[in-house]
Amino acid sequence: MADTDLSTTDTVQDADVAREPTVVVDDVHIVYKVHGAGSGKGSATSALSRIISRKRAAGVREVHAVKGISFTAYKGEAIGLIGSNGSGKSTMLAAIAGLLPTEKGGIYTNGQPSLLGVNAALMNELTGERNVILGCLAMGMTPAQVKARYQDIVDFSGINDKGDFISLPMRTYSSGMGARLRFSIAAAKTHDVLLIDEALATGDQAFQQRSKRRIDELRKSAGTVFLVSHDNNSIREVCERTIWIEAGELVMDGPTEEVVSRYERGERP
Amino acid sequence: MSTVSEPVSLSAPRGADAGLTPKQLADKYGLAVSGARPGLFAYSKQLWARRHFIWAFATARLVAQYTNAKLGQLWQVVTPLLNCAVFYLVFGVILSSKQGFPDNTYIAWLCIGVFVFQFTQNAVQSGTRAISDNLGLIRALHFPRASLPIAFTVIQLQQLLISMVVLVVTVLAAGITPGRTWLLIIPALLLQTLFNTGISLVMARIGSRTSDISQLIPFVMRAWMFLSGVMFSIQDKITHWPDYIQTLMAANPASVYMDLLRHAFAPVIYNPHQPVHQELPAHLWEYGIAWGIGMFVIGYVFFWKAEEEYGRG
Repeated sequence: MADTDLSTTDTVQDADVAREPTVVVDDVHIVYKVHGAGSGKGSATSALSRIISRKRAAGVREVHAVKGISFTAYKGEAIGLIGSNGSGKSTMLAAIAGLLPTEKGGIYTNGQPSLLGVNAALMNELTGERNVILGCLAMGMTPAQVKARYQDIVDFSGINDKGDFISLPMRTYSSGMGARLRFSIAAAKTHDVLLIDEALATGDQAFQQRSKRRIDELRKSAGTVFLVSHDNNSIREVCERTIWIEAGELVMDGPTEEVVSRYERGERP
Repeated sequence: MSTVSEPVSLSAPRGADAGLTPKQLADKYGLAVSGARPGLFAYSKQLWARRHFIWAFATARLVAQYTNAKLGQLWQVVTPLLNCAVFYLVFGVILSSKQGFPDNTYIAWLCIGVFVFQFTQNAVQSGTRAISDNLGLIRALHFPRASLPIAFTVIQLQQLLISMVVLVVTVLAAGITPGRTWLLIIPALLLQTLFNTGISLVMARIGSRTSDISQLIPFVMRAWMFLSGVMFSIQDKITHWPDYIQTLMAANPASVYMDLLRHAFAPVIYNPHQPVHQELPAHLWEYGIAWGIGMFVIGYVFFWKAEEEYGRG
């Protein structure tokens, strides 16, 4: 399974050719402000006294999720992000997508990166059909383009494999079906930078194979793909480069095989 | 595996770019700061490109609103009717506000006020929740966020047009004959839609940061409703008040649009040749145009100023 990717990595190793960067992450720090942390801060009396004393809410705690990460991603690369739970992988991805402000440092991207996560619910009370159409329109397609792509998206998602589910509201879908449809919608458009957060883990075997092929296609159409996953095998299959993040710091950045095997053995360089 | 601990960096720029700092590299290839806010003109262009999305979103939401109700879309007509019935019972029959109205026109006058005010009220309420209720969509896909508050205003407009059918029946039933002033309904509604879009954009930005505001909105809206004279003529109640208060009350946008539409629908109520008639405030159209265009521009710029912050954190 993994051997198909090894051949592509060799060509990238050419050290003299300037490559076109698509994402530049320059010494980025990300700090979350969590409201409602601490005890008793939500009570009416403390809220009143806070308003009267005009103090900034004492219940706000800061979480330093990413501490000075730098890397550059290039055209045509598929990069895996690995690390234990809470290491800051998903935070990093959200920041690249422009959904989280950086405390320090900068993130520069080519075009608008698109984040695809399992949690990114679309409109649950609407039918799958409406979700496909609205999702495509929101991404900036014209109605004619949506009409042309519609059947492909539905077929790709495999929602209709077991009967006519596309005309049911999305709240009736299983979590796997929902994730599949969302992935299919987002992958219907070629993105300069596509960020995928665990989306591959939810689908069934056949869908996982289809989505891997689709990611390959997206990469070939001159995009960059980031993949966050706890499934090391899917990282091995999809990505040739992997970044290992631990406690908000970059541990290792290199060829997938090298980084993942070290990660599996728990050897920090 | 153990041959090199420092492999050829996959991250460092190569060839002609070797040695550039990340910032220089980004500048050289024209990379932009992720999630940065586009200029006002570029933003408007993006928004225009999403017009099909706005329309489709509004229609889908309107249809989905009643999917769980057995009577379905019928509620779109029944809800405004019930509203009018309650107001008529309380203000028309019990408090007898209908004195001072020619013939039986009070019911028409009341219904127009209720529907017109609800149009703005709904715009404020749905605007407040436009961002916070759609975080999933905002975080999943990239589109100009102003699409959402605008789509919610379109939903309100579609709902209002359905109410208008009820209204026309009520007005005709009250014995008012259609006249040339009915043509004024269209520009008046357009101006109110502009105003509502603006206020909805303002509320969307406020509501996205301060969730407490949605608790406060019902009280503010109720106070506004009573001050605007939905069920009684506020102009006639404050004639003995100081001039500046009268001017202020006459400029209240909710009153302005209500009076514009009441005058358009039923000019007989405001006709000075009638023995009993309502006072029509002066400068109504000027106020209407100023509020509509002014509010829209303010709301649009105010919302755009925070474009990069929606859905963050």
